[in-house]
Amino acid sequence: MSKLGARSLIAVPYIWLVLFFLVPFIIVVKISFTEMQYAIPPYTDIVTWADEALTINLNIGNYYYLFTDDLYFWAYISSVRIAFIATICTLLVGYPIAYAIARADSATRNALLMLVMLPSWTSFLIRIYAWVGILKNNGLINNALISVGLIDQPVPMLNTEFAVYVGIVYAYLPFMILPIYANLVKLDNSLLEAAADLGSPPWKTFLKVTLPLSKAGIIAGCMLVFIPSVGEFVIPEMLGGAETLMIGKVLWQEFFNNRDWPVASAVAVIMLLLLLLPITLFQRYQSRQLEA
Amino acid sequence: MKKITSTLATLVCATGLMAGSVQAQEVLHIYNWSDYIADDTIANFEAETGIKVVYDMFDSNDVLEAKLLAGNSGYDLVVPSSSFMGRQIMAGVFQKLDKSQLPNLQNMDAEMMATIAGIDPGNAYGIPYMWGTTGIGYNPEKVQAALGDDAPVDSWDLVFKPENLSKLSACGVNFLDSADEILPIAMNYQGVDPNSTNKSDWAGVGADVIKAVRPHITKFHSSSYIDSLANGDICVAVGWSGDVFIAAASAEEADNGVTVEYVIPKEGAPLWVDMMGIPADAKNADNAHKFLNYLMRPEVTAAITNYVWYANANAAASAHVDQEILDHPGIYPTEAAKAKLFTFDVLPPKITRAANRAWTAIRTGN
Repeated sequence: MSKLGARSLIAVPYIWLVLFFLVPFIIVVKISFTEMQYAIPPYTDIVTWADEALTINLNIGNYYYLFTDDLYFWAYISSVRIAFIATICTLLVGYPIAYAIARADSATRNALLMLVMLPSWTSFLIRIYAWVGILKNNGLINNALISVGLIDQPVPMLNTEFAVYVGIVYAYLPFMILPIYANLVKLDNSLLEAAADLGSPPWKTFLKVTLPLSKAGIIAGCMLVFIPSVGEFVIPEMLGGAETLMIGKVLWQEFFNNRDWPVASAVAVIMLLLLLLPITLFQRYQSRQLEA
Repeated sequence: MKKITSTLATLVCATGLMAGSVQAQEVLHIYNWSDYIADDTIANFEAETGIKVVYDMFDSNDVLEAKLLAGNSGYDLVVPSSSFMGRQIMAGVFQKLDKSQLPNLQNMDAEMMATIAGIDPGNAYGIPYMWGTTGIGYNPEKVQAALGDDAPVDSWDLVFKPENLSKLSACGVNFLDSADEILPIAMNYQGVDPNSTNKSDWAGVGADVIKAVRPHITKFHSSSYIDSLANGDICVAVGWSGDVFIAAASAEEADNGVTVEYVIPKEGAPLWVDMMGIPADAKNADNAHKFLNYLMRPEVTAAITNYVWYANANAAASAHVDQEILDHPGIYPTEAAKAKLFTFDVLPPKITRAANRAWTAIRTGN
């Protein structure tokens, strides 16, 4: 293939990224340096041209404002905490499933993989809404527990942080299972046989051979769950309680309730910068893996 | 009586599909609140004029405003609440109505038009669609069981006094999740101007009332209380009049032993008016005018009121409104109760921010 052809082929993903990631992001950054006003659109211009004078107005007040109120700090902390705990739970649930699928014979394997992915074919919103019916006071779980006599008062589960974890684990489970499965299925069986031959009990083989070899899959899965969970809005909104504070809700409030697009944009920019850290760490880890 | 949601959903799907297939036909894009129109209003208009109506729904003023402020919403007719419309008029969102195309304006209630002129001087941009109040929806049996016979169901004491709300907490209490709705009620309850531009009235006086009862509020939500009231999952809700009536009707229809009542507390409550306006960039402004004029016919407006149980601002329509609704003090309040109602002004952004911040603090403890 000619050099030009090769270049234009590579250009496609780059153009995609520039058009659908970089340009929107630059617009958000731009808005974050403006001031709100009553107009369409509801923020001021950065560059104005009047009386043959070009004026550039950069308002850093929005960023400054984020540091004057500790709400934003606590919302970040709380989002990261919830996302972290949820990721660990997803890993604990997802790893055994991925392991079982990888160990199954190839016919069942495809069926099992299908079962993992099938729920994603219905709307995300509807699947989360279904949990409302399962978790509420006169919902599936409470009614079942009451009817078998285990409890006599319903246990409040809906509108608690517990429900948020359930929602995240449920919704993001495929993103955890698939990379771990992809990793485990490539695992060389002879390594396990060798360990067994040398007298290692199965649990030790798992800890010393299988687990370390699936590290890349675990990290990929955790990233895929953690990053979207931090900014999650729908799950805490539908399943969480009034006291569940997450950055997605704060963003909504700035944008819709305060109608302050500039501050909302500043929150979004900071959130992206904050998420950039785990993403870069992950990328660095991956490239090191490829080199090794 | 009201199988509104499903009917509307079908209607929207149907109109949406048809709009796609018909090309050169006249169209009208309407964006209105959910559960807020009679089931034949649109169909009759289409049959009469041949204009295809694409009818979309929203459930919050904030979502509507974000769309309008972004520009190019694609809608020809939208229905914000009055205080929101006041701000949107300032932002240049709306075009002036061409009153020569609206002869039915003569049917409108002069008193209501004068009230609205506060946010829309000269009634230049908007026409009132329906109006209602924010009050208390409650389950009389459960409230009586919790508080006894002399439960103060006609007063905000019911939900703003910790000794009352703590006893109601067990059967479920919902507040609207809206700072600019609940805080003014609390301020008015404390004798402070509900439209105060003093931050401390919002973050102090108003917020303190809610903070004192916060532990007993089981949920903050602006729509789920309809179902919860109807199912008996909650026994008290601070909510919008028409929503409570929907809950009462579905409980009656389900025949599940739950009754729901609505009261405008005696200390006074918010009166809000949903306004119809035509965005400045509307592509079918003429059709929007035709629809407005159609809606202002007494029979058409009355049919909507009979269906959604919200009061209208059409003086001529009263002759066609069901007597049961006209006599209902929760829908058409008595003159004495009406005198206590208050409307919302357009607030400066700083106050909005302070109110929302105080609200987050109430909700989350942060």
